[in-house]
Amino acid sequence: MNILSQWDWSYDGMIVLAGVLCAIAASLPGNFLVLRRISLLGDAVSHAVLPGLAAAFLITHSRSGVAVLVGAVAAGLLTAVLTEWIRDTGKVDEGASMGVVFTTLFALGLVMIVQAADSVDLDPGCVLYGVLEATPLDTVAFGTFEIPRVVIVLGSVVVMNAVFVSLFFKELLISSFDPGLATSEGFSARVLHYLLMILVAITAVASFEAAGNILVVAMFIVPPATAVLLTTRLSHMIVLSAGLAAASAVLGHLSALTIPALFGFRSTSTAGMMTLCSGLIFLVAALFSPQTGMIVTWIRRQRLAMRILSEDMIALLFRLEERLPKQSVQIDTLAQGLLTSRLRTRISVARQKFRGYLLVSADGVCLTETGRIAAAAVVRSHRLWESYLVTEGIDAELIHRQAEKLEHFTDRSLRDRLQKQGSKSEIDPHGSPIPEETDRQTTQE
Amino acid sequence: MKSGWSSLWPRKSRKKALLVLPLLPELFVGSVVEAAGPGSVGHLDMLARSLRVLFLQDYNTRVVILGTMLLGMAAGVVGCFTLLRRRALIGDALSHATLPGVGLAFLLAPSMGLEPKSLPVLLCGAAISGAAGVAAILFIRNLPRMKEDAALGIVLSVFFGAGVALLSIVQQLPTGHSAGLESFIYGKTASMTSSDAWLIGIAGILSAGIPLLLFRQFQLLCFDEGFAASRGYPVVALDFLLMTTVVLVTIIGLQAVGLILMVALLVIPAAAARFWTNRLDQMVVIAAMKGSIAGLTGSAISAIFPDVPSGAVIVLVCSVLFFVAMILGQESGVLIRVFRRRTLRLAMDREHLLRGIFELCEEHSTTSSPTDRKLAVTVVSLLKLRTWTQGQLTRQIRKSITEGLVWRKADGAIELTGKGRAEAERLVHHHRLWELYLITHADVAASRVDQEADAVEHVLEPELIAQLEELLKKERFGREIPASPHPLESQPRGSATETPENTPAGQPANESGVPQ
Repeated sequence: MNILSQWDWSYDGMIVLAGVLCAIAASLPGNFLVLRRISLLGDAVSHAVLPGLAAAFLITHSRSGVAVLVGAVAAGLLTAVLTEWIRDTGKVDEGASMGVVFTTLFALGLVMIVQAADSVDLDPGCVLYGVLEATPLDTVAFGTFEIPRVVIVLGSVVVMNAVFVSLFFKELLISSFDPGLATSEGFSARVLHYLLMILVAITAVASFEAAGNILVVAMFIVPPATAVLLTTRLSHMIVLSAGLAAASAVLGHLSALTIPALFGFRSTSTAGMMTLCSGLIFLVAALFSPQTGMIVTWIRRQRLAMRILSEDMIALLFRLEERLPKQSVQIDTLAQGLLTSRLRTRISVARQKFRGYLLVSADGVCLTETGRIAAAAVVRSHRLWESYLVTEGIDAELIHRQAEKLEHFTDRSLRDRLQKQGSKSEIDPHGSPIPEETDRQTTQE
Repeated sequence: MKSGWSSLWPRKSRKKALLVLPLLPELFVGSVVEAAGPGSVGHLDMLARSLRVLFLQDYNTRVVILGTMLLGMAAGVVGCFTLLRRRALIGDALSHATLPGVGLAFLLAPSMGLEPKSLPVLLCGAAISGAAGVAAILFIRNLPRMKEDAALGIVLSVFFGAGVALLSIVQQLPTGHSAGLESFIYGKTASMTSSDAWLIGIAGILSAGIPLLLFRQFQLLCFDEGFAASRGYPVVALDFLLMTTVVLVTIIGLQAVGLILMVALLVIPAAAARFWTNRLDQMVVIAAMKGSIAGLTGSAISAIFPDVPSGAVIVLVCSVLFFVAMILGQESGVLIRVFRRRTLRLAMDREHLLRGIFELCEEHSTTSSPTDRKLAVTVVSLLKLRTWTQGQLTRQIRKSITEGLVWRKADGAIELTGKGRAEAERLVHHHRLWELYLITHADVAASRVDQEADAVEHVLEPELIAQLEELLKKERFGREIPASPHPLESQPRGSATETPENTPAGQPANESGVPQ
């Protein structure tokens, strides 16, 4: 990686720092946008600030400074207010009213810019695509250090957002989940909503200059959405989303330098790669999140299915032994009896052999003594449930199917209670004897 | 009596009005704007140019106008379904999602021996990555805890970020510079060629045709996804197909008119049409009309004033149509809702007055003979009945006198006329039926039913009344007015204790007001 050997802390370091600050600044208010189901508001505001920028520019004839910020924040706030107004008065759904407002404002901005195009140099491209790579070029002397202006601007936005979120944490929490409760608690959910919108607009505008709109729009949504997959506590979610945002910014710059080099190109857009990295982190979370990840839940489901299959298998062997003691059963017969594939049966047999429940010989498989005890527990659960369900007045036709499910989730203490509550008989409703409880520790969980 | 809800338009002429009314504001806006061109500017060349545009003399203008009209129509049709699916901004997400496909197509086309800048190649790339975006949306939406808006936002930003990264690589290519790729994002409506218009035409017919062919299926998908699934419709496949039509109309529109205009055309005409009608078939027609009219007007304005970007003007025309619809819309516009609320309030006031007089008479009558019941009541006793001010009450009495429902006797007392009496009997009947229903079937305490019934009595439909009568027939006696199941409000406390058993069944039938 000779590309990374050219890494220059005063250059690349500053780009990464600006990216990290931008990502954190956006992800903090983004959490509440995602929770309020208005994730796309970041995108809407980032387009809708155009007329504000244009108006500020037409009035002051300068491209930076307070006027632009004021114009953009006013336009951002206008978007939020108009969206809410159309949603409430027109009974239009949130997304549609957002779509109406931001396209209209953007078109208005375009017309304003084109009208002014004779005298000024302001093209939409430079509003939408700030260049993160240009960060180190524009610096402010700060004692002996040269600090990029962008870093100072974004740093103060991060501080502002962090202060807002920590000051109003409880209010934001309540109003995001239950606006009615917020109002009854004595603060206006609406005022808080508009404060949040102002914050979103300021964050968006500050980030445009630094990184272009795509990075900030992504960081409003993707890290908080990733955090939602990983946790259900709001405080954890906020911290997590900021961390994920920072991580995707760092990874993004690294990959912007290294990945194109693999194909013989120079580096690519850092903001674009940061966005892509946040998307990849989301994908990883979607697949591997401990609580909700698709692969994790799939594995969990497979393990459960395997446990159930194994228990059904030893129970089947136990029942066969009841009729004809000490017999071995072929694997194919087992697979047929358990209504499953031969492969799954083999895997299950191997697993049980490893645990010492089964003996495998040329004749087939048979239960060991330990296996017999475990099997007796399953069968006992099954037959106890059947007796209990019959005493509860469930139709005798249905009890087998119910017991078949419940037997896998019944432990020793539950079995004892079932025995007390069900009929005290030693025989289950189908006429089979209920096995005795063995005192040795069973492997039932 | 005609209820306030439908009195604005008689039912029969409603359907005709529906087809004409939505057109009015469009024609109005169109003609004003186009007439303003020659009139207000006054330059001779401006006039000539406007005339050339209006009569479609320019070949280029003809192409542009035709193209944007077709596009608006197709987007309007597709937009209706995405709007009802609560995915109005899917056009936004998918049009951003096409960008990496464009970049990849540009990068990979030379290695497959294709011309990188040819339109079909780029469109193929855009379509493939759009379809990938659709799949990603469906994937994210089905994750636990993920909502629709987050799915759209993630796909929008991540795909667009990938596209930006790819385009930045494309720009380093020594051979082809990416000039022209930007117009995929911003669009150049005015430079539309006839082949573009043909492409738009074919794709527009295709993407509008799919929802029209599968109208029933898509309708079911939009209104009740679970029901559609239970009826055996392939819901996921239908959903994918619907979003594919969005991709189709989006990629065609993107390169012709640009991203923001595409989003606007997908969202605004459909949302505006929603104000005019509650029926999906009519909504689709109206949205298509609105879309094409916005395309027509917008590109005409842009042709007359060349320094106005046509895409932006089309969006602005769309928004004007939207706000006109939002205010004037016949089904759920602001004005009609205000009007309905006012009509309802007026009806409620009148009904309160009539029922008040009736119940006062009923209470003061000592015998059940109908002639004795024609007692006049004083304004003061009416005033005690509910929380209305003297002014409100006198105004309402005056209004009812002109309507011929009550008349004022020489001593100033108020008495019901024959017409007013019939109306009052109907109202009291409704009120008490509902009270009885609440007591016998909903287990509401007799002391509370008056308030509950007071809120509901004004909006009881005739069908519901018939059902209530049927339901309560065993306890009640047909169409006559049941006795009040609770002491009337202005009654002195003492009289309430005279009849401690207030259960409705305990009262004799001949107290019920009207003799059999």
